[in-house]
Amino acid sequence: MDSPANPSSSLLGAPPTRKGWRRFAVRLRSSSGAIGGGSLIVGYLSIIFLIPIAAVVAHGFSFSIHTEGWGAAFWHWHLTAGFSTFWTDVTQPAAISAIRLSLWLSLSVAAINAVMGVAIAWVLVRDSFHGKWFVEAFIDLPFALPTIVVGVVLLFLFGTQSPLHIDLFETWMGLMVALLFVTLPFSVRAVQPVLASLDGEAEAAAKSLGAGGFRTFVSVVLPSLWPAVLGGFGLAFARAIGEFGSISLIAGGIGRTTTASSYIYNLTQGFLWTNAAAVSTALLVLSLIILIASNVFARRFQHRLAP
Amino acid sequence: MKHTSRKWSLRVIVIGYLALLVGLPVGYLFIKAFSHGLGAFWSEVTKPNAVAALKLSAEVALIAVPVNSVIGIGAALLLAKKKFFGSRALTLAFDIPVAVSPIIIGVALILAYSRIGWFGPWLSKNGITILFSPVGIVMATMAVSLPYVLRSVLPVLIEVGKDQEQAARTLGAGAFRTFWQITLPAIRWGVLYGVTLTIARTLGEFGAVLVVSGDITGKTQTLPIYIFAVWDQSYDTIGAFAGALVLASISIVALIILSSLRARERKLHVDLA
Repeated sequence: MDSPANPSSSLLGAPPTRKGWRRFAVRLRSSSGAIGGGSLIVGYLSIIFLIPIAAVVAHGFSFSIHTEGWGAAFWHWHLTAGFSTFWTDVTQPAAISAIRLSLWLSLSVAAINAVMGVAIAWVLVRDSFHGKWFVEAFIDLPFALPTIVVGVVLLFLFGTQSPLHIDLFETWMGLMVALLFVTLPFSVRAVQPVLASLDGEAEAAAKSLGAGGFRTFVSVVLPSLWPAVLGGFGLAFARAIGEFGSISLIAGGIGRTTTASSYIYNLTQGFLWTNAAAVSTALLVLSLIILIASNVFARRFQHRLAP
Repeated sequence: MKHTSRKWSLRVIVIGYLALLVGLPVGYLFIKAFSHGLGAFWSEVTKPNAVAALKLSAEVALIAVPVNSVIGIGAALLLAKKKFFGSRALTLAFDIPVAVSPIIIGVALILAYSRIGWFGPWLSKNGITILFSPVGIVMATMAVSLPYVLRSVLPVLIEVGKDQEQAARTLGAGAFRTFWQITLPAIRWGVLYGVTLTIARTLGEFGAVLVVSGDITGKTQTLPIYIFAVWDQSYDTIGAFAGALVLASISIVALIILSSLRARERKLHVDLA
């Protein structure tokens, strides 16, 4: 009974050499599929965004593939002049003020929605009332809605022709409303499952020991909620700092309300590709730091929560 | 007594915040789009340029969604099966497009594939135009809608485990048959969830497409670009709102599908890096 390469029979006894070789061949064949599929995936990612992003960074440092020669002079030029053009592009007053605006807006939006996210998640998990399902479905709406739709609606609702007579056109408050809108789901959905998974025993214990509702929340619930809140903060911040569609219309065309993304877009409209690449590189580094930090952070806290 | 009042005030704050921030704009969109009557809405939506934009959006989705679904499912299978060198890097790579500004994705595609880009000379020598053409739009859309299938399928796949697949393989089913008869049925709701998210994202993408498309009316305008152009060039309020309403309706349908899938499968949630 040695005809089929049957893995279960070979587990029972010491595998004869022929069968062992056959298993090796089978394993090689099965993992060659994985290797093939893996390279296909990596190739696809490379074409649609990994190589292009590398091109952005290279252009940011004026590093172009079709310059003449790869000698010492080439490297010397790129390590000195390349960096200095990058630095000049990024430190232009308009670029700095755009990046600064994006940074502080994103930080405050992520902070406001972190607080509101906990409150909304609390109501969704612990409270019950008629029409709660509707509120629940509402949360994802900003995520599903295309950003330009948000941009158009907010422009008319809070623009110069505002039916509510609230004119936020070309103000930072207009940008803030748009960013609060688009980042809302991230803040709520990061906290909600964690809050739902708390069993309430510790809370009951705290209450029976005489702690009030607020004190129980701060000293019992919040400590286990922190990682999720910070995770949501990271997601909201990353989304806000890269956001373009929803704020492009209400921001108007003045420098005071030009965020980093809009600034890069304006540069592309003037065909200033090296400038655009330099500012993109700066923003890219910021976004990747946030992405990696929130990944590392989430993993560390997962270990702590589930040892 | 005190407890109830606190509960009520929290409830009021939360519902008030949501009503003002989300309810007001969305309600206003529907009122405004129909403010000139159903007829005006219809004549806006059936304008040739609007129809062309809708068609282009559909075509882009028809290419980008299947490709991204296959890649996403493949990557999920790969990442769920074994830990390998670079698997963490691969997961992170999938998250890059959503963590990065769509404008940067657009700039990146131009600096790689346009005439001034790395591969521009080679591409133009071979008669391939990627920028200011539907090809570039498809590529930009593919990049920004990449991670959703992977993110929806991977947790389901891990939860399902490998027992049934191994049993099928032991009983002599090939890899392909095991996938079709065992794996795919087990993860189908996760796949559907991810595909719905991908479609929603695909149809709505604006920033990346705006940079690469060149915004050529009737040729390289997807529906979001059309809405922007209609407002930006001719201040056509009704046209912009009519287009926005079409997009919003699609995303609301997507939302209903998503929440009913979530009710079916608890593992699914909007988990977005």
